[in-house]
Amino acid sequence: MKKILLGNEAIVQGALEARVDFVSTYPGTPASEIGNTFAKIAKENGVYFEFSTNEKVALEAGIGASFSGLKCLVAMKNFGLNVASDALLPLCYTGIKGPMVIVVADDPSCWSSGQSEENSRAYAYLAHIPMLEPADAQEAKDFTKLAFEISEKFNLPVILRTTMRVAHQRMPITINPKFSPFGGSPAGRQNPKGKFIKDVRRFVTMPPRVLEMKEELLEKIEKIRDYVEKSKINKIRRGRASTELGIITSGISYLYVMETLQELKLNLPILKLGFFYPLPEKKIKNFIKGLKKVLVIEELDPYLEKEIKILAKEISLKLEVLGKDILPQIGELKTEIIASAIVKLANKKLKIGNSLKIENWKLKIPKRFPRFCPGCPHAMVLTAIKRAAPEGTIFGGDIGCYMMAGLPPYELQDYLLCMGSSISIAHGIGKSTNQKIIAFIGDSTFFHAGIPALVNVVFNKSNILIIVMDNFITAMTGLQPNPGEKIKIEEIVRACGVKNIKVIDPINIKEMEETIKEFLEKNEASVIISRRICALLAKKQNK
Amino acid sequence: MAKSFNIIISGTGGQGLITLLQIIAEAALIEGLDIKTSELHGLSQRGGSVETHIRFGKEIYSPLVTQGSADLILNLEISEALKMLSYASSKTVFVINKNLISYPGGFEEKELIQKIKNFGKGPKYIIPASEICQKELGKEVVSGIYLLSYAVHKNLIPLKAGSILKAVSKVVPEKYLDLNKKAFELALN
Repeated sequence: MKKILLGNEAIVQGALEARVDFVSTYPGTPASEIGNTFAKIAKENGVYFEFSTNEKVALEAGIGASFSGLKCLVAMKNFGLNVASDALLPLCYTGIKGPMVIVVADDPSCWSSGQSEENSRAYAYLAHIPMLEPADAQEAKDFTKLAFEISEKFNLPVILRTTMRVAHQRMPITINPKFSPFGGSPAGRQNPKGKFIKDVRRFVTMPPRVLEMKEELLEKIEKIRDYVEKSKINKIRRGRASTELGIITSGISYLYVMETLQELKLNLPILKLGFFYPLPEKKIKNFIKGLKKVLVIEELDPYLEKEIKILAKEISLKLEVLGKDILPQIGELKTEIIASAIVKLANKKLKIGNSLKIENWKLKIPKRFPRFCPGCPHAMVLTAIKRAAPEGTIFGGDIGCYMMAGLPPYELQDYLLCMGSSISIAHGIGKSTNQKIIAFIGDSTFFHAGIPALVNVVFNKSNILIIVMDNFITAMTGLQPNPGEKIKIEEIVRACGVKNIKVIDPINIKEMEETIKEFLEKNEASVIISRRICALLAKKQNK
Repeated sequence: MAKSFNIIISGTGGQGLITLLQIIAEAALIEGLDIKTSELHGLSQRGGSVETHIRFGKEIYSPLVTQGSADLILNLEISEALKMLSYASSKTVFVINKNLISYPGGFEEKELIQKIKNFGKGPKYIIPASEICQKELGKEVVSGIYLLSYAVHKNLIPLKAGSILKAVSKVVPEKYLDLNKKAFELALN
């Protein structure tokens, strides 16, 4: 049965076909729809699902399930893996009991990411964790199933690394209707219970055992290398025998390469890598043998290129490996970019009739920025802040819709880094200067990483003002629930030892303004909880 | 169909672009074609510029339409049409909703229409779909379906009207189905 699915839905389908038991996530675009879909369908498919407090917690919950023998999937965006990495490294030492797949979505060109243009592939080296890279939505499904098999076979977690153009790509997918929420029938089973069987040697990473575990991990990776050499997801397409130029590529770039070759009517040999780590070194050597030039086509940092350059030297010193010298390291790739690189090397001419003319036709079109929805409580509180804060006040931003505080007409954002950092950086500024600081943080971000930062503010005594913008939901990533449903933020703030606390509905602009002015004069930390429902959520509830 | 058919749909977040994309993709699947699409999620959807790509044909690799290769550019908002010109060739057909959602620094409607008309030789249909849908159905949000129906019935998309209508029933939730079908039929008048 064929069904058009979004890449992220295809991952859900793959996990269901693999009979996943336990799924945890923290929402983050471009991975958000994995959690959104499971939230809808988990129960009827006998899957335990949760939105965890943050990605580290999500991964650790998954580890607990795996140690109890359940099959689990943990999903997050790239920055989530940074948060979860503290657990990821020792997990590779202990290995898994129930198979585990970790989905990590990168976002070249930062379509829905601030922070950095992260390439999460580096974690494969750091953690020694097998990593697969699907090119399209069908592979996203197939590789998810395969990743579970590899995890089971080698007792290691496996990362499925997607990028935005895979996660948010739709295409017809072959699905098994027996286990499908997408037009098929639910699996109709009870969520299974596992059993934690004590095994101190396996689950405790204390020295001196920890170094033995490292040795075991490296041995596992060596075994996987043999498996990878035979794996069909590293495929070679031989072109004409006489060609001197070959291409090695992976992930979404493969689709752009195929598009380019079709457009240029070129028939070049291609090695498409499904595994990023470990690499099929023999297969790569076999592929490049006899070629004069190899073009490595990958997005962002040249990880493959570096590996392949080393392998090429073992074959011939004359073999030229090209990559980032003719392809950009910043921003996503696309067919146009790859085509211009290939024509250079293949001595072909690119038909540039219209497209180039249009490039020169560049109109200066003013950018349309995203904006707050009508009735958004963030807009209300920002209006009050703009009026109440004295000149020179520093405004600390955090991750959520309220990042738009930085855009006109508000322009209230003097720094923005990562989840929870508005508070901790404000504390650092507070201890270093005599300036007034207001840190913004949303409810979900407060639970994610704001609480340890707040504890630090009280413990180490700075007098910053924190405004928690509580709109009852994780809005930016598509309205996911968060712990605020059950836990009152003011109770946590009070328990942390903050004395100046006020909960205000931001529609009362006057009260908000007066409180901001009052709290900015305090000698110790203060917290305003600006509480009003997200306008999108209100609209959805009224439907 | 020899080569692929490439569509760009653009507008601002919240105009139902992804629903339109899903309908066209389903219709192409009904006709036995290969499809790839690309869309945008996240904060930029909050009223910002959104462009989506749809490609269908015998065998489709890339989900993205390359510069200068769009066959059809469907715009739900007129200033977003102007931003899509780099995807157009001199033959590209434009179907544009005569609906301006103005923003700081943006162009006036007259200026926009002139700039778009000056570009290339391809036909440009500028239709007050929002106005018509608001007047006739009391809902502006189905203007995308109206435009799609218009394009299909003018043979600007190589898909059958029947396939599109079937796809509408598959994609649109039950309670909005009637409204969407009405918008689809409205474009025939």
